[in-house]
Amino acid sequence: MSPMDEFKRETRAWLQANCPQSMRTPMPEDERCWGGRGASFKNPDSALWLARMAEQGWTVPTWPRAYGGGGLTPAEAQVLEAEMSTLGCRQPLFGFGISMLGPVLLKHGTEAQKQAFLPPIARGEIRWCQGYSEPGAGSDLANLQTRAEDCGDHFRINGQKIWTSYAHLSDWIFCLVRTSSERKQGGISFLLLDMQSPGVETRPITLISGASAFCETFFTDVKVPKSQLVGQLNEGWTIAKELLQHERGMISRIGRAIGGAIPAVETLAQRYLGDATGRISDPVLRDEVTRHAMNERAFELTMQRAGETSAAGTAADGLSSFFKYYGTEQNKRKFELILKCAGTRALGWEGEEFTAEELAICRTWLRSKGNSIEGGTSEIQLNVIAKRVLGLPD
Amino acid sequence: MLILDDTQTLLKTSAADFLAARSPVKALRALRDAGAPEGLDHALWQEMAGLGWPGALIPEDSGGSAIGYKGMGQILEETGRVLLASPLLSSSVVATSLLLEAGSTTQKEIWLPRLARGEVRAALALDEQPRHAPDVCQTHATPQGHGYVLHGAKCFVPDAVGADLLLVVASLSPDRKVEEAVAEAGIFLVPANTPGLDCTSLRMVDSRNAARVELGGVELPDSARLGEGSPVRQALSFALDAGRIGLAAEMLGNAQEAFDRTLRYLKLREQFGVAIGSFQALKHRAASLYCELELTRSAVLAALGALDCARDEVPALASLAKAKACEVIELMSNEAIQMHGGIGMTDAEEIGFFLKRARVAQQLYGDASFHRARYATLMGY
Repeated sequence: MSPMDEFKRETRAWLQANCPQSMRTPMPEDERCWGGRGASFKNPDSALWLARMAEQGWTVPTWPRAYGGGGLTPAEAQVLEAEMSTLGCRQPLFGFGISMLGPVLLKHGTEAQKQAFLPPIARGEIRWCQGYSEPGAGSDLANLQTRAEDCGDHFRINGQKIWTSYAHLSDWIFCLVRTSSERKQGGISFLLLDMQSPGVETRPITLISGASAFCETFFTDVKVPKSQLVGQLNEGWTIAKELLQHERGMISRIGRAIGGAIPAVETLAQRYLGDATGRISDPVLRDEVTRHAMNERAFELTMQRAGETSAAGTAADGLSSFFKYYGTEQNKRKFELILKCAGTRALGWEGEEFTAEELAICRTWLRSKGNSIEGGTSEIQLNVIAKRVLGLPD
Repeated sequence: MLILDDTQTLLKTSAADFLAARSPVKALRALRDAGAPEGLDHALWQEMAGLGWPGALIPEDSGGSAIGYKGMGQILEETGRVLLASPLLSSSVVATSLLLEAGSTTQKEIWLPRLARGEVRAALALDEQPRHAPDVCQTHATPQGHGYVLHGAKCFVPDAVGADLLLVVASLSPDRKVEEAVAEAGIFLVPANTPGLDCTSLRMVDSRNAARVELGGVELPDSARLGEGSPVRQALSFALDAGRIGLAAEMLGNAQEAFDRTLRYLKLREQFGVAIGSFQALKHRAASLYCELELTRSAVLAALGALDCARDEVPALASLAKAKACEVIELMSNEAIQMHGGIGMTDAEEIGFFLKRARVAQQLYGDASFHRARYATLMGY
């Protein structure tokens, strides 16, 4: 038996012994665990599962053991992921700490920062949010104006962030701040701060789809110790861009996972427009639905191919932009098509006249419009592809 | 696997090098200008045979090189890049697959080694309508003595001019009901010199070999029937799917080359004092084409892999690959001309050849709407 087969056998045995039965069922959105000081567990098994996985280091399998990770190689982590998928085990913990901040701290953090911040992320004790966009800095992110003044042993922060997802539920924020006005990108620094600091205020934002996780976050004379600066002063832009790559990957995955809770277009088209044999009766919509389903299949095959390519060690540049662009545009087309097939049934806002699924379709349709805006608009992604992949001139 | 192994990568690279040296796009222009209806460089075809290409799908004990479908797909993609005029798809993929799937032992013994060596070229005579409609068959085979008599016409047979052997689909339904035609079809091996067989060259826009074939009382022995009486419908379906997937690989090569040439032009051509590739209106269209090409490549690779080792998935993946290739090559060829501007409209510039081949390839073995409808039916919706 090869060492990898041995690892696979042990992993499966451990998961079978330690994953509670209720954690092997599909996860309702309200049982998704984000951790943090204020974490509550609707299902007590979620807390048990998180504790066991964190103890094993498998909430962040590839992080070093010294920082709360599992110390697994990428190949071992793939085995773990595959075994969890085979057994239907839920992912025990989600969050921006795991998917965005962690990789950046591992690369750019000081030893003291890694020791202080990584283990609480791995254990789900501290929940992080992201302070990037501002009212005047969307696609032109480097135009951000939130200022961090040097006050000797600390910085003083003044300004406003927007689209800070889950800021009202988060314990800490990683933030881009302006530490110099002499250069645009070269005057930005990457700072970590406690949301309980005096002078931090959050307000939720209502979207066209209704209540949302988004907030505005205001900073008024907030004191931040200098030890919480990541990387060098005025060199935060490089870190910010790296983190955006992680974010794009996450949005194309999460966007699809949320969209995935709604059945496929072809399934709904059959339900609303199918004849006795299941054939979609409207020939024009049948063609449109099929075109969509075929593009969906080609997109999944492309993700599979990218996975195989990167496992073979020859990852292509710019793929995260391709997936972000195409995945989100495809998700928007999905909901427009569902609306066409379901007619007014998919346009109910609330009330008992509509099924929960019909109401969810309407809200998710509206929310999907944001997929191609957040994390870099489709237009920005096309710019990135044109520049980095195709080498077209500025 | 959706990526190539080392052997397939090497095959692709060496095919690219060989074709770039032996048959760049100007070779197609020369064949066109010479006006030869066969549109084939015979010396080149023999060199291809020396590389084992016509025998790529044929087992070694029948004289083939057993490269397999995925490897053959890499060669076809490279032929698409240089717009190679050859019967590699029609003879070495479609007709050869049909013989492999449905031929009797004797028929295989006679034809496969000669096909592998490139000594004979075979062509499938199927379509009777201007748009691909494999279920329509008015050509008829009537039993007579120890054989059959064939009557009918095939309106578009790729690479029929100069082919040594035609594989003719003909209905055996006694009452000539069209809807039963293909269910009761036979396929007949008709040597080119058989009396009553008439082949008229069609001068197509892509300068490639195609013909209208008429069968006016072609008399054949029992042994000319493919499979000598066993059902051939499945085999025909598989061979057509192999042709669709192989053609999708060729179209991917065509579209990729048109894209690469267009990208070079965007970086080179200056207007208003800057490279036109710096304009966002063109950048975004180029980036979007890149995405579409990546999707097509994945579909083609998946379909090629299914031909070798997942036959259940072949019909749906064939339609996916061909539909996607049709959509993308149409978009790509139109954008290529537009982005080349006036120069792209001239015969002196080669980009127009890519557009012309694109449209014929789109029609061959079913266009995008044909394959979307087929995919929906296969999926049950």
